[in-house]
Amino acid sequence: MTLNAKIPEGPIEEKWTHHKDHLKLVSPANKRKFDLIVVGTGLAGASAAASLAELGYNVKVFCFQDSPRRAHSIAAQGGINAAKNYQNDGDSVWRLFYDTIKGGDYRAREANVYRLAELSVNIIDQAVAQGVPFAREYGGLLANRSFGGAQVSRTFYARGQTGQQLLLGAISAMNRQVDLGRVEVYPRHEMLDLVVVDGRARGIVARNLLTGEIRSFSAHAVILATGGYGNVYYLSTNAKGSNATAIWRAYKRGAFFGNPCFSQIHPTCIPVSGHYQSKLTLMSESLRNDGRVWVPKKKGDRRPPNEIPEDERDYFLERKYPAFGNLVPRDVASRNIKEVCDEGRGVGPTGMAVYLDFSDAIKRLGRDVIEQRYGNLFEMYERITGEDAYETPMRIYPAVHYIMGGLWVDYNLMTTIPGLYALGECNFSDHGANRLGASALMQGLADGYFIIPYTIGDYLADLGFEKVDTEHPAFKEAEKEVRESIKRLLSINGRRTVDEIHRELGKVMWDYVGIVRSEEGLNKALGMIRDLREEFWRNVKVVGSERELNASLEKAGRVADFLELAELMAIDALHRKESCGCHFRVEYQTEEGEAQRDDEHFAYVAAWEYQGPDQPPRLHKEELSFEFVTPTQRSYK
Amino acid sequence: MDLTLKIWRQKDAQSEGRFVTYQVTDISPDMSFLEMLDVLNEDLIRKGEDPVAFDHDCREGICGACGLYINGRAHGPLKGTTTCQLHMRHFRDGDTIVVEPWRAGPFPVIKDLVVDRSALDRILRAGGYISVNTGSAPEANSIPVPKEAADEAFDAATCIGCGACVAACKNASAMLFVAAKVSHLSLLPQGQVEKRQRVLRMVAQMDEEGFGNCTNTYACEAECPKEISVSHIARMNREYLAALLTSGK
Repeated sequence: MTLNAKIPEGPIEEKWTHHKDHLKLVSPANKRKFDLIVVGTGLAGASAAASLAELGYNVKVFCFQDSPRRAHSIAAQGGINAAKNYQNDGDSVWRLFYDTIKGGDYRAREANVYRLAELSVNIIDQAVAQGVPFAREYGGLLANRSFGGAQVSRTFYARGQTGQQLLLGAISAMNRQVDLGRVEVYPRHEMLDLVVVDGRARGIVARNLLTGEIRSFSAHAVILATGGYGNVYYLSTNAKGSNATAIWRAYKRGAFFGNPCFSQIHPTCIPVSGHYQSKLTLMSESLRNDGRVWVPKKKGDRRPPNEIPEDERDYFLERKYPAFGNLVPRDVASRNIKEVCDEGRGVGPTGMAVYLDFSDAIKRLGRDVIEQRYGNLFEMYERITGEDAYETPMRIYPAVHYIMGGLWVDYNLMTTIPGLYALGECNFSDHGANRLGASALMQGLADGYFIIPYTIGDYLADLGFEKVDTEHPAFKEAEKEVRESIKRLLSINGRRTVDEIHRELGKVMWDYVGIVRSEEGLNKALGMIRDLREEFWRNVKVVGSERELNASLEKAGRVADFLELAELMAIDALHRKESCGCHFRVEYQTEEGEAQRDDEHFAYVAAWEYQGPDQPPRLHKEELSFEFVTPTQRSYK
Repeated sequence: MDLTLKIWRQKDAQSEGRFVTYQVTDISPDMSFLEMLDVLNEDLIRKGEDPVAFDHDCREGICGACGLYINGRAHGPLKGTTTCQLHMRHFRDGDTIVVEPWRAGPFPVIKDLVVDRSALDRILRAGGYISVNTGSAPEANSIPVPKEAADEAFDAATCIGCGACVAACKNASAMLFVAAKVSHLSLLPQGQVEKRQRVLRMVAQMDEEGFGNCTNTYACEAECPKEISVSHIARMNREYLAALLTSGK
């Protein structure tokens, strides 16, 4: 099979418009003859469900949470980019496109990214009309702020809860369709398999998490909007329930997996406090505007920070990157923080943290100004750590935050399985090897509100109305496999809990497939992941039964998939013999220690095809051509 | 620190529940309350016993999934805090902690500390939105919104739908939850067109779900993790009355 990204011809500004003009349509009277399944109710899923139901399709929506409103988009803090140019500061669709392509270190598809920038302006209109209470100026018009990686002010925000407000907006649009009877919601349901009939996605098998019932749902097309898989690292800023199961089962049914190793590690998170740590909390990147990052010059210096004199402190980001200082991009900051901690100069009880110090800013600007700017963040920090960051420096450490990799999709957001679509973070499409701040919300909503409603019609128009009965052998076979896998998990009755094994997997991933990667480390990780997977299936302990609410069983199924996905991530990281964006291979760096891209050999999307259990996956390449921008080497010195 | 936990255990909605006492040891003051329960559950699993079921997801105070009644208070002793953001440093070594699910008729217990809060979603689906189809929105800056109104709407819109207001209320009233949505939308110009039918329908649905009435004790405001003000209830009552008087019904 050769990959066809279906990128439209023509100048980049006209591709999407031209494409829309030529997509096939389904007439209004016929739309109600099509059933669609949407899995996941974050920004991408909720906006898609609402928009498709408005068009007249019958939509069934699934989420594992008790309510669709709790999907993890709710936790996004910062904001959403849009090329409105309300600030008259020279912003444009082109600039947002350019910043996103460059920020992704030239590993994203130009046509997709341009479309994303184009649609960004419609998202803001839509959200405002739904009643999303964005921040406003005194004149009543919308306010903006600036964000990392951009020289213009284009980020729209609702205090530190932009994701919450945008999601509640999308959910309210979906609720309206529930009210009108066009959307049916299945909360506390987990998709456990994809059903493919005659090469097309025709439904899913889901488990009712309250009763344990395994049931098939048939449809004309299936849309996955299930988010990222940062929890493969055990500790991340993701919600506890975020998982890869839906996309992993789709991969095993034939959907190619794009750039699985591209995972973004955010530099400013609250450090781990002990072995019991269950998740990590992000502290907004904006703190680096006024906080200075430092560690003691001496290894193992255990003195409290205020007893370490100025000349014994190493402000390592300012020292190494005088031009950008503490404001270097996420990947550069994360890498340097890890490096000083590995040298034994980390601080705090675990030695896995650096200081983010506001004392100079407080001296310069006064405590009031700092409180105004970051009051809620200082409060959150105190709630979690019990420390007052006005008096003593914050301690921060990087944490896994976002996954750029995901199911490979073409320009229509269709995977390599006809009729199966992937939206939002669970696809690989728009962020290349590194995502810029305030662009995840933008992508989720662009996919759901403005892309899938157009592109799905093109597929359905040729499909025909005929439904597949859930008695079809393909459904029965998938149900049987799901039941067997659950029985197997419950019958092992070993000695180790799911969390113990998951924690161990997380450590392997963090150490070898994390901020810094090397051939030696990745080979070691591959062995460790395989051993751990073998141990899981021999020695895991899952209690309770299948016919009840059983959190231990739910977790076990998700971790079983993480144990397979982890291997694919390591294989992908090993094969990409270059450094780009988040993917830093020690063997490929410039003399100054910066990421060294290899455009000649690696300017492609790695799309992996499943070949069966214990078989190495097969690599397909989608070559990336840059017709409209010229790739350059990033430098922040 | 070492703690004694008295936790409500209930197999399912049909079974009778009871308190079961557990000891947990070596609890770090830096743990969150849910991490402390994780430690207990890991022990229970190792012993082959059924772990305590509780809802949780984001663990950063925004998804609204978690919600435990701790020592007689919704989300525990700390003001403006969800259960997942409550840390063990607020308890003392040797303490006995009583943990219960939300107690309210419209929130039936599913298992242990997990309750069914779908009634809240049904209220929002009864008109708790602005009817605007994707693609038909006007240019965002064409409708100015006074900053004060936008800020107040935001304060109401921060509701996380956890249900603490209902659990804290002696009448199991959902007035703060419903008022937060009514207020959020009716403060904005976009929400004006449908405001009458919205408030009538949402209140009717709230009553149908069996939530009680408000008798102004303000326990909801005191326990709301987002500290949403009861003044929104006053606004909803005004909206409701105005809608009744003008709807002709």
